[in-house]
Amino acid sequence: MLELAIQTCGLTYHYGNQKVIDNLSLKVEKGSIYGFLGPNGAGKTTTIKVLLNLLKSPADCVFLFGKDINTHRIESLKKIGALVEQPAIYGHLSGKQNLYNRCILLSIPRSKAIDMLKLVGLRDAADKKADKYSLGMKQRLGIALALLSDPELLLLDEPTNGLDPNGIIEIRNLMIELASKHQKTILVSSHLLTEVERIATHVGIINKGKLLFQGTIFELQSLKAAKLQVQVIPLQKATDLLTLAGYQISPAKASNSIELPYKSAEDSAEINALLVQNGCRVSSIHLVKKDLEHLFLDITQSN
Amino acid sequence: MISLLISLRSEFYKSKNTLAFWASILLPVLICGAITLAFFSNSDKILRMHYSPEVLWMNFAGGSLGVMGMLILPFYVIFMAFSVNNIEHKNDTWKSLFAQPLNKFSIYAAKYLYAVLLIFICLGLFLTLTYLSAQLLHLLIPAHRFDAYQPLNMLAKIYSKLFLSSLGILSLQFIISLIWADFLKPMGIGFVGVIIGIIAASKGWVYSYLIPYSQPSLALSLRKSANNSTIFTQEIYSSLIYAAVFFIIGYFIVSRKSIK
Repeated sequence: MLELAIQTCGLTYHYGNQKVIDNLSLKVEKGSIYGFLGPNGAGKTTTIKVLLNLLKSPADCVFLFGKDINTHRIESLKKIGALVEQPAIYGHLSGKQNLYNRCILLSIPRSKAIDMLKLVGLRDAADKKADKYSLGMKQRLGIALALLSDPELLLLDEPTNGLDPNGIIEIRNLMIELASKHQKTILVSSHLLTEVERIATHVGIINKGKLLFQGTIFELQSLKAAKLQVQVIPLQKATDLLTLAGYQISPAKASNSIELPYKSAEDSAEINALLVQNGCRVSSIHLVKKDLEHLFLDITQSN
Repeated sequence: MISLLISLRSEFYKSKNTLAFWASILLPVLICGAITLAFFSNSDKILRMHYSPEVLWMNFAGGSLGVMGMLILPFYVIFMAFSVNNIEHKNDTWKSLFAQPLNKFSIYAAKYLYAVLLIFICLGLFLTLTYLSAQLLHLLIPAHRFDAYQPLNMLAKIYSKLFLSSLGILSLQFIISLIWADFLKPMGIGFVGVIIGIIAASKGWVYSYLIPYSQPSLALSLRKSANNSTIFTQEIYSSLIYAAVFFIIGYFIVSRKSIK
């Protein structure tokens, strides 16, 4: 059985009367990059805060490296580096001083701080006060703070927020390197599927506190099976003909159109021939590939 | 214990360039400096009074004690309780602080202890500077017979009382500043508390020792200290009990606090 870095068992969390997390059962394998996807307000940040024990969870509900976070808080936190929402930075201290302060809290040598500044490209701005940093620089410093203790598990809440395209690519490559070369486990939350698609090995989709999908990126991609869209009149006759021939028909969004599973080019030609030979007028027949963005929208909207 | 020391070191590190830290040094330097300057420039008048060395010392030390004890100390303590908590509220860093592998009690106790240490440093500097500036005055104007009386015991006792009497206010204000992130609530509540405290203490209300904000004024009151040579008087006991109770309540709040 694969070892799990994070496991939640039917986690439910309320803010007052509002249920923010609803029966969430996350399973994050060691060494994976887990893309935690969901629209804004879906419960991603709340989940991360529960994983950090910043929000209280019920007993025997949240396990990090197999141990209950409530009873093994310090032991678990030693293995975690986190960036939650906006980076938590002391504005009156410089970037370097922020890292030095964290070195004190983690009892690690200051030289690590310099390494991290180099890693996130902030060496030139190391002595600048953090409140003078741009959003992207703050985000980089937040990532440096999360990486400082060389943690086994990284919880990154929308880490590319505010970064320019180059910064996004750098952070993306850094995450891939951390997971592949250093065997780190990374849970990265995002509302952008394209972002997650590029780095994640596993995906969890959450909406309104509920986990709608969880699996490998390949499992997610297999959901986006291609369909054949046929524009034809009369529609009812075509539907009856194809149903009789054993096809599963579904209505399409375009007018006078139906959709059916795509099998092969030959199969598509046969469908065309069947319709034309039986007096139907086919005006278009083409392959529709659902991209993950639409799949994500479909999954979250149907919830 | 190690966790507490780590947290305390971090508190010093992140606050060393803030007003809260420098206030504890600047306040005694400025007040003692101003009083020394006033004594120096009014030397003729003071010498004409022919004070005994003991009264001269009382007059000199009373200058900073009066200003400090009655008014500035309570506000300074309120500001200190606000500052050590506000540094986390302002930067939204509670979440990262409590996500560190340190126990919550250490983080909380280090913050409290840091505020206590700053008050201790401030009052310790008042004592030291009062003594040293009197010696300086004696050097400059030998007619001031500061050398003829040894005030250190008296000063140490008064400043110790002042320090202990401020802990009740500190613990109460610490909780208020912990709960509310804004400036107005802790400062507003503290301001009203200090006014009520001063009125209750100056009017001699029999239960005024139960009001934390009255305790520094009561600790300095001549009426009490003349009759009682010990440090641990009624208002000091009351202050220490308040400090302990509010400190525990504060920890209870922190340990249950959800970082939203």
